Amino acid sequence: MIAVRDLIRFSPSFRIGAGILLLVAIMVILSFVSPYEPDDRRAVKRNEPPSAEYIMGTTSTGQDVFWMLTFAIRNTLFIAGIAVIIGRSIGVLLGMLSGYLGGTFDRVASSIVDSIIVIPRLPLVILIASILRGQMTLLTLAVLIGLLDWAYPSKRYRAQIMSLREREFTHTAVFAGMNTLKVVIQEHLPFLVPFMLADVVSGFLFAIGFEVTLSVLGLSDLNTQSIGTMIYWGNYYQSLLSNRVWVLAAPIGASIIIVIGFYLVSVSLSTYLDPRTRLGRREVQKEIKEQPEPQVLVAEQVQGIET
Amino acid sequence: MTLLKGFVLPRLAQWVLVMFIGVTITFLIPRLSPVNPIDQALGRLTAFQNVAPEGMLALRATLEDLYGLEGTLLDQYVAFWGRVIRGDLGPSFTAFPRPVNEMIGTGLGWTVGLLGTSVIISWLLGIVLGSLAGYYPNRWWSHLLEKSLVMIYPVPYYILAFVLLMAFTYYWPVFPLVGGAKGTPGLNWDYISSVIHHSFLPALSIVIGAAAFRFIMAKALTTTETSSDYVQYAELAALPKRKILFFYVARNTMLPQVTDLALSLGAIFEGALITEVVFAYPGVGSVLYNSIISADYNVIMGVTLLSIVGIATASLIIDLCYPLLDPRVRYR
Repeated sequence: MIAVRDLIRFSPSFRIGAGILLLVAIMVILSFVSPYEPDDRRAVKRNEPPSAEYIMGTTSTGQDVFWMLTFAIRNTLFIAGIAVIIGRSIGVLLGMLSGYLGGTFDRVASSIVDSIIVIPRLPLVILIASILRGQMTLLTLAVLIGLLDWAYPSKRYRAQIMSLREREFTHTAVFAGMNTLKVVIQEHLPFLVPFMLADVVSGFLFAIGFEVTLSVLGLSDLNTQSIGTMIYWGNYYQSLLSNRVWVLAAPIGASIIIVIGFYLVSVSLSTYLDPRTRLGRREVQKEIKEQPEPQVLVAEQVQGIET
Repeated sequence: MTLLKGFVLPRLAQWVLVMFIGVTITFLIPRLSPVNPIDQALGRLTAFQNVAPEGMLALRATLEDLYGLEGTLLDQYVAFWGRVIRGDLGPSFTAFPRPVNEMIGTGLGWTVGLLGTSVIISWLLGIVLGSLAGYYPNRWWSHLLEKSLVMIYPVPYYILAFVLLMAFTYYWPVFPLVGGAKGTPGLNWDYISSVIHHSFLPALSIVIGAAAFRFIMAKALTTTETSSDYVQYAELAALPKRKILFFYVARNTMLPQVTDLALSLGAIFEGALITEVVFAYPGVGSVLYNSIISADYNVIMGVTLLSIVGIATASLIIDLCYPLLDPRVRYR
């Protein structure tokens, strides 16, 4: 609670980001009380522009864009959540194993991870999705995205653990008789947590981007509302050419706002939770300047680059 | 000799490993799937007519032969490698006797041109702007650049390209909606200018996406670099700031950027595929998109293989250029 209060008070990017995420949460909750079923067609008048009755207008198939968007956000976040859990579990496990075990395992694992990073993932996903066409569900899509997004994170976790292992306090703890598990949990985990948070957010960004891309190409479950499928159907019914921009504006706007919200929250959280900057806040201001900027941390993780 | 042993050989080994993993995954995925492509093709072929059972069996055998689905998994795997090395990707499903090679070949030039230009531009632009913003952190333009690029950075590629498309071809139509060029190909100004005109917007969307990350990274690297002793010394010696920034600081920050470019090439390539779909640019992305629509699975497979080989090789080449920039590797 104190953390949240501090963050709201001191970090403008957290204020904006948290506001956006609150809005997203409200949309998700609203989806449960929607007056229409998600795939209920001709429930309302067709092709209505935004008005007091239909806040974001209606589509060519007679669906209310606003309520459609609530379902879309819920499903997209569901996909991203599952994908993040799967991808991060593999990534954290592999990264920790190769960081702590070292030796041959580390060499083999690292060179495989390095190879997978180079391989472009989109054509592979398209290949899989085109084979599974028609049988794709939200869950398979989520699992698919998750199975592709573990190489960068594992490389990052490995690098983190390698550097933590060589720090002086690790040696001190070991010489003081602490067992390995305790060192990992009590000494190293506090350093890894801000890292993981930023990493989870970058996973969300990646998954949302991939979901949108696959759906727009017509390769996901097109009968379920998601941000990507809303754009797909918007394009399918020629919303742009027939001047019904609101059908496309809603999902596009939503996706931009959501990713920026997540990004801002993660940047401010990792600044706050990072033990180095937390100490820095108590010290003189100039110490902070020397720290790498948190947004770089997140940015690096999105692409998985070691500087 | 040490350069070869300590630098070139490990890179080559890595390249071989990438190729091996990539080709193996591409081989395994369709075979692990529950859907049989032969059945799909047969279903399409016999949808409007009846075929005698013997004819059906013969057709099946022919198709299996054509798509390399004969024999055990190991036999298939060996044959698959043979075809990859020969560069024979088989025929297309929908445009039947036409080889996949030819279909991809028509798009390849466009993609390589678009991608090559935009990668170089975004790399240089990101580094120059990032170094400037890192060296002068308190100017208004550096704040403005940082704030706006940080906002653009997490936006998915498709959305970015689509918004640009809406803005510049529909609401303010200064650029053409689709296509790669107008007129007959030739080395005259009309044709070249139309190529540039058509590719400007696709290139712009790739450049914005890729340069945003490059900028964030370059700025961070420059900020760390400017606090080092040699920069302070150079400043005390009253060297021109321009010289300090571009001849000393930027040169040092460029090294991690080269390695990074090799790693992120795959991501930029994915962006280019999406961009081509959005702008209907006649490159590999459009070939891929058409084959997705018509379920032409051999073409999708060909594009996948080609992109893995192409990106791995391009990354290798960028990696091998590293000693040209870093004297420490060269003189070791």
